[in-house]
Amino acid sequence: MSQLATTNPAVEPVEAFTKLEQNGAALMPLRKAGLARFSDSGYPTLRDEDWRFTNVKPIAELPFRPTIDPLGQALGQEQLGNVTFGQLSADRLVFIDGHFNAALSQIGDQSSGVTVTHLTSGLAGLERELGSLSIGDDNPFVALNDAFFTDGAVIQIADGQRLAKPVHLLFVTTASEDGEAAHIRNWIVAGANTQGTIIESHLSLGQAATVTNVVTESRIGDGANIEHIKFQDQSNRAFHLASLHSELGRDAQYTFHSIALGARLSRNNLRMRLAQPGIECILNGLYMLRGQQLADHHMVVEHAAPHCDSHEYFNGILDDQSRGVFHGRILVQPGAQKTDAKQTNKNLLLSDDATANTKPQLEIYADDVKCTHGATIGEMDDDAIFYLRARGLDTPTARRMLLHGFAGEIVERIRHDAVREELNALVLGRLEAVHKLD
Amino acid sequence: MRADTDTIDEFVASDYKYGFVTDIESESLEPGLGEEAVRFISAKKKEPEWLLEWRLKAFRHWEKLECPTWPHVKYPPVNFQDISYYSAPKKKGDGPKSLDEVDPKLLETYEKLGVPLHERARLAGVAVDAVFDSESIGTTFKADLAKEGVIFCSISEAVQEHPELVKKYLGTVVPYTDNFYATLNSAVFSDGSFVYIPKGTRCPMELSTYFRINAANTGQFERTLIIAEEGSHVSYLEGCTAPMRDENQLHAAVVELVALDNAEIKYSTVQNWYPGDEEGRGGIYNFVTKRGICKTNAKISWTQVETGSAITWKYPSVILKGDNSIGEFYSVALTNNMQQADTGTKMVHLGKNTRSTIVSKGISAGRGQNSYRGLVQVGKKATNARNFSQCDSLLIGDQCGAHTFPYIEAKNPSANIEHEATTSKIGEDQIFYCNQRGLETQDAVNMIVNGFCKEVFRELPMEFAMEAQKLLDVSLEGSVG
Repeated sequence: MSQLATTNPAVEPVEAFTKLEQNGAALMPLRKAGLARFSDSGYPTLRDEDWRFTNVKPIAELPFRPTIDPLGQALGQEQLGNVTFGQLSADRLVFIDGHFNAALSQIGDQSSGVTVTHLTSGLAGLERELGSLSIGDDNPFVALNDAFFTDGAVIQIADGQRLAKPVHLLFVTTASEDGEAAHIRNWIVAGANTQGTIIESHLSLGQAATVTNVVTESRIGDGANIEHIKFQDQSNRAFHLASLHSELGRDAQYTFHSIALGARLSRNNLRMRLAQPGIECILNGLYMLRGQQLADHHMVVEHAAPHCDSHEYFNGILDDQSRGVFHGRILVQPGAQKTDAKQTNKNLLLSDDATANTKPQLEIYADDVKCTHGATIGEMDDDAIFYLRARGLDTPTARRMLLHGFAGEIVERIRHDAVREELNALVLGRLEAVHKLD
Repeated sequence: MRADTDTIDEFVASDYKYGFVTDIESESLEPGLGEEAVRFISAKKKEPEWLLEWRLKAFRHWEKLECPTWPHVKYPPVNFQDISYYSAPKKKGDGPKSLDEVDPKLLETYEKLGVPLHERARLAGVAVDAVFDSESIGTTFKADLAKEGVIFCSISEAVQEHPELVKKYLGTVVPYTDNFYATLNSAVFSDGSFVYIPKGTRCPMELSTYFRINAANTGQFERTLIIAEEGSHVSYLEGCTAPMRDENQLHAAVVELVALDNAEIKYSTVQNWYPGDEEGRGGIYNFVTKRGICKTNAKISWTQVETGSAITWKYPSVILKGDNSIGEFYSVALTNNMQQADTGTKMVHLGKNTRSTIVSKGISAGRGQNSYRGLVQVGKKATNARNFSQCDSLLIGDQCGAHTFPYIEAKNPSANIEHEATTSKIGEDQIFYCNQRGLETQDAVNMIVNGFCKEVFRELPMEFAMEAQKLLDVSLEGSVG
């Protein structure tokens, strides 16, 4: 088991690159370019507008240890049986510290034309595609991922096919040393008129300050209907960085849910490009934080074609000294007429020390559009509590009911029944267990 | 509606009717910025040593700063060495003792602009301080105001006659280190208005300043300071125009408002600097820092109608320091042709039970770009802070842009913050409906736009509201095909 322990990722890690080259020499230009970009930019600071409220200094200060090799933790099926979605009837790809684990994964019979596999399985032609959707992004963590990603899921659905079962991507960190970083790269291509549900969950089995840096590129074809649920419940010392780069086809429907409950610091960059008419894109998210946690959702929805709808709904429940950050930008390009874009961010502060930062932005260069955004920050509505009390409920019950409703509003939007029910129970249970409801 | 159309026709005859140049002998400093320029201005104004020191400190700090690039506007870099930092109408002898001795040409200029400078304009009931390039040329109704103890004069005069007040408050709301343009202003500010309302006084009339840029290649850097003592009340209006020129001129002002316990300041602006021609040649760069501080139970209300300037970059803000204080911001910003505006407000809630209201209406036409940028910040100790923000944008034509960049930061759970924004265009059905009832399309647009802005106009003093309405009509002329 060899590992790198440099503090500066920008210095070319000869040993790591030699290893990574064995996984695919064709990827080396992408890796080198990523490293070069990161050398130029370094870690973002609070002076970068996109990182104003999210301080990644604790990550920069960790030793830099990408898990180029599997850490060799022996994990059995029994350890994964109890995890969220562990019992769900789905095809499951399990990645331990950024490496595919064949023994724990189960891939059933998908119809021909559906490929569910992992990057290092040696899929031909993918080298040229990787990075094609994330290329314009100057996020330093994408650059780092370009340089050091070890593995990730590949899902390809041919035109007109549907996923017979949901695909569950389970990412687990087992690292026991601070700074151990899993760089994961997912590639999703859904052809024309395809359907399917993809579930992505991130968990930790250790308490170390690990880093998960996941980049997902997805190309959703004309008329496709894809639901993507991302569930992040890592340990409260972990750092979680994610970015999603999607390009949507004509009349495509794409729904992305982000449920962020864990990690000391989590950041989700969502970059949606709506470049064909008739697209409907929904981004839906819930963050429930306590202690020192920070969750940041940063999205840019670019309307580059007429007649597209996009809706963003994000609710946050913030307790203790936690901080919720929301940055949503709707960009309507010239000519993207009849755009209907909506954006809401609601934050509930449960403690005196919690902070909410929200930046809902509109940037509009077309005139025949309907764009609205709204943001609220506040504590629980006294009038609503009073209303419930007037109907005979005591205060704790009333508060509980309102809080359930606030979180439930987001979870309810998940279309996949089993996933929705499991998450609903989990979220409500979590609210009861850890937040001061009384 | 007929009458309105006539007025519009009248206005249309000259697109920008304030575009004339007054041919008056003026005394200007050679273009260029350095310590000598700062010393020159200070000496010209016979300023005390402390003020010169303050200016120099600001200048030295400015040299270390870089021009900000974050606003959503595009313009070629300004060469600060090409600007003359001082220009004033040449004085004969010791300068005028009263308005009667002011150069008739200057008075004529203000007459043309429709500003009542002469005491005979008493009927208008507004006291005016007129600033021409770098100098204040006269203030009306001084005597009447003095009876109430109200001080209303140019800031240069205040430095001479009330140095203790100026020294106590200058730079307390906008420190010289505040931002690039405010720092530049602190170093080279030439003139501006000074208002002091004594304890418990309600200022008997509206106070007004009229700013005029006349000379070419000059920048105007005025500084306004308004102090409302405990329990006092004042309403202040500001208007601006400039001649039509092909090159861009810089206007970097600073306005500081101090509202002590239970005081109320209402500050209204109708900004109509020359916006440049249809191709975006010329026009004023309007980079302004405006900020007020509210002590306990005080209230500051900003109302602005921004129709002019090639580029507007301005965020009138309120620091709600005292408990129960109130901040308000009402804005209409219109961009037509190649104009760009990046404007909004900052409401900083520090005291308990503080409230703020933001109503911003942006109208974009032609190839104009209009951005709202605002900050609502609730500090840890600001229990029961309340904010309501509404930013609406109206788009006319398909080449313009409307943008909203709100920042909301809350550190207190009892805060109640709401932000709403909508963007829409004037619907064809709305116009059709008006056409059906016999209104011309342009009239219909004017009517819809005025309805859209009503919430803000209603906050303006009467005469200003009328003027603002007409101004919008004119600025929109021709924007509908």
